[in-house]
Amino acid sequence: MSTMSVLAVDLPYWAQSLLRVLGGLVAVLLPAGTIVYVFLFKMMSFMQSRLGPMEAGPFGSMQLFAEVGKWLQKEDIYPERADKFIFKLAPLIVLASTFLLVAVVPFGPDAWFTNFEAGIFYALAVSSVSVLGILIAGWASANKYSLLGGLRAAGQLIAYELPMILAVIGVVIQAGSMNLQDIVLAQNTGSMFGWDGLGNPYVLTQFVGFVVFMIAVQAELTQAPFDMPIAESELVSGYMTEYSGFRFLIFFIGEFATAGVFAMIASILFLGGWGVPFAWFGWSDIDSIDNWMNIVGPLILFTKMMLVVFVIMWVRFSYPRFREDQLQRFAWKVLIPISLVNIMVTAILKVAF
Amino acid sequence: MLAADLLVAQNIGFGIIAVIMVVGALRVVTTSNVVHAALWLVTVLAGAAAQYVLLAAEFVAVTQVLVYIGAVMVLFLFGTMLTRARIGSEKEVNNKNWFMGVPIAVLLLATMLIALNDGFGSEELPADPDTLVNTQMISDQIFGPYLLPFWALSFVLLAAVIGAIVLARRD
Repeated sequence: MSTMSVLAVDLPYWAQSLLRVLGGLVAVLLPAGTIVYVFLFKMMSFMQSRLGPMEAGPFGSMQLFAEVGKWLQKEDIYPERADKFIFKLAPLIVLASTFLLVAVVPFGPDAWFTNFEAGIFYALAVSSVSVLGILIAGWASANKYSLLGGLRAAGQLIAYELPMILAVIGVVIQAGSMNLQDIVLAQNTGSMFGWDGLGNPYVLTQFVGFVVFMIAVQAELTQAPFDMPIAESELVSGYMTEYSGFRFLIFFIGEFATAGVFAMIASILFLGGWGVPFAWFGWSDIDSIDNWMNIVGPLILFTKMMLVVFVIMWVRFSYPRFREDQLQRFAWKVLIPISLVNIMVTAILKVAF
Repeated sequence: MLAADLLVAQNIGFGIIAVIMVVGALRVVTTSNVVHAALWLVTVLAGAAAQYVLLAAEFVAVTQVLVYIGAVMVLFLFGTMLTRARIGSEKEVNNKNWFMGVPIAVLLLATMLIALNDGFGSEELPADPDTLVNTQMISDQIFGPYLLPFWALSFVLLAAVIGAIVLARRD
């Protein structure tokens, strides 16, 4: 195995591993915290004509630490008739699936955890593991509301996984690769029908795929209007009903960290990832500026991620909840046919041009 | 074979995962709770995915996770939870004729051992990573020489889908 060098410093294997673990924690927790403060606390409040948290720190920016502190010092309780081991295991499966997801996200020319050849395929596969955690969380709680929430979540996530995978296939056909790094390069160095002033961001040439993907992401994250599994007016809070204290905190982190990671993947697939598609960016000689790009790249990706999460949260705070039958019909009769047609058109155009 | 050849990271990894898989597989059939059995089966399937990664077959490994853990096992759990999954242990989970499974399992194991030994013998994976099978080569094979079996398989799946719809429709 060749030695990895970080900013021209060679590191031994144990240091690389330590760096990867720390990097993974930062890449998952930092976006999650930012999303919760900026969107859940502040944007939601402004949209509802109120100020949101204002007391802890400047403009309430330390509120999240106060909340985490509160959750951590709560008593660890579980229902008497619950299946205790599985009850405790379930939130960890959900969080583990998020950490596995971030492993393939490229943050810069060399700033990745692993340069996996089947990258996007892997991301879609491990994201589907979280369904398992949600389902057994609902079952192990020994509560009919939790069980119903878990079952609804499973039905919804399976239904919306399909349009998500099918929407990604359009991108894979255009880029000619499943490697996320190659998809980034293909967008930034490509051209749209012979014009290369803006590269080839797939949000333009794969617009249908982008819309289908974002709707499916919204459903996978169980954000409103797809929040049937935790519908608080019907199911208390679905599969999370019996969870409190730090186990609830794990679900909570999992929810917003997954939102962040899915937004990163959406930015990589459709918005050009860690680069901007202009010639002055130095794409023709990217290897000579890669140390520099490994620092700027993550910031660009973070900016794009915040943009995508903004859209997700905007939709979340604006629309009422779908009914269960509408939700299933929308996935199977609208999104899947659209994405199948999209694949066909993309394949034909790919061969023609 | 010398011990120095055996104690490489891959072999140790294989051993650990194999032990987890065997224990998991035994627990699938000995546990007295349907959901626990399903979760032990998840352990076995995840172990298989890990073994594929050790064999440098990443596409197969990811497919294993996506299809078996993400879809099949979720549907298993979904089905059992909708119908009869209780918390705690149940007495009547085991079928009385369970011992009939033992000779079948032994027969299957023998068939697989003979087939694998006959087919591959002492062949080894190429040490050069560039010559390993990648996703593109798999798809070239599927849409090239194996196109007809691939179509036949998709017709089998189509028949299953239509069958499911026919069974589920009430009108």
